[in-house]
Amino acid sequence: MFGTGLIVFRETLEAALFVGIVAAATRSVPNRTRWLMLGAVAGMVGSLLMATAMDQISDWANGLGQDLVNVVILSVALLMLTWHTIWVSTHAREMTEDARRLGADASQGIGSLWAVALAVAMTVLREGAETVLFVAGLVSGSPEGITTLMLSATLGFLLGVAAGWLIYSGLGQVQPRRLFAITNVLILMLAGNLASQLARTLQQADWLQWLSERAWDSSELLTNDSLIGMVLHGVIGYDASPSQLQVLFYLLSILLISSAARHMRLRSITA
Amino acid sequence: MRKSFISILVIGAFLAPLAQAADDEVTLIIKNHQFSPAEIKVPTNQRIKLSVHNQDSTPEEFESHSLNREKLIPAGAKAVIYIGPLKAGRYDFFGEFNPTTAKGVVVAE
Repeated sequence: MFGTGLIVFRETLEAALFVGIVAAATRSVPNRTRWLMLGAVAGMVGSLLMATAMDQISDWANGLGQDLVNVVILSVALLMLTWHTIWVSTHAREMTEDARRLGADASQGIGSLWAVALAVAMTVLREGAETVLFVAGLVSGSPEGITTLMLSATLGFLLGVAAGWLIYSGLGQVQPRRLFAITNVLILMLAGNLASQLARTLQQADWLQWLSERAWDSSELLTNDSLIGMVLHGVIGYDASPSQLQVLFYLLSILLISSAARHMRLRSITA
Repeated sequence: MRKSFISILVIGAFLAPLAQAADDEVTLIIKNHQFSPAEIKVPTNQRIKLSVHNQDSTPEEFESHSLNREKLIPAGAKAVIYIGPLKAGRYDFFGEFNPTTAKGVVVAE
């Protein structure tokens, strides 16, 4: 009973933290709630569909179908965060000022909201399909009553969402100007996390073979499945024993995205 | 410099499959929420192909923090997971959906 809730919590947490951070980062953008909701709902519907197709997906590519799908999902999410970061860097003023207070025209465009919404959908999809399969499996083959199960799963889900809300409202306490700087860094780390998981997926499927050795092992200090480990994984991409390639992907993605953003910002200033 | 590094990465990504060495293959079966064999001996410093067959009627997630692997295996399905190259040592794995019964260890020696 407790285990069910814990697993659902763990799966929900990463997506919820992701949504919480991007929601804080786009706080001043008109219509952003609608777009983020759209992304989350699309991700949930996608999760249901993907869960029903998981048997077939697993069979693709000689048992590597899931990895294939995950590579696509992670790459799309990573591209969308990259796009968002670059867009934001060229619209810094609108983002730091409260757009509504400035009376910004809502029709001025949706900016990078569609990209953020797509990134949210991908993240919810990745975590959601697993959760759906897990809960469905329990319902079909568990000695526990369904009521207890659903109660426990719902509790886990709500606690995960609460964690996302907590980081969102925590960031809400920050001054808009400073918030912009903080969320920029947080989003870069979300991108780094995606890139690191992409590297791991590529190695797990044997599509990339270099740097498979472990970079470090900090599981004595902080395990992946401790609460702090899980939260740090969701926020900064913490992994207790990443491969060297994961670390390289993490650092490289942050470096490339931030220098692309800086380049675009300088260009937009001189233009 | 950075550009040439990226192009090496990209080219390498396409060439990597060609360089595949013959892998050691190990079959792992999940039944009654237990792994069998529960202990797998593998050589060190080598890529290992784990072929996991879930014979239960519920899904399972193969998970290992020390091997840094995580993969869902639907009811009745097979999935392939590559691990290693490993240094000598013991690497625990478990079924995330049934962590009390589904436990195993990879021993690299």
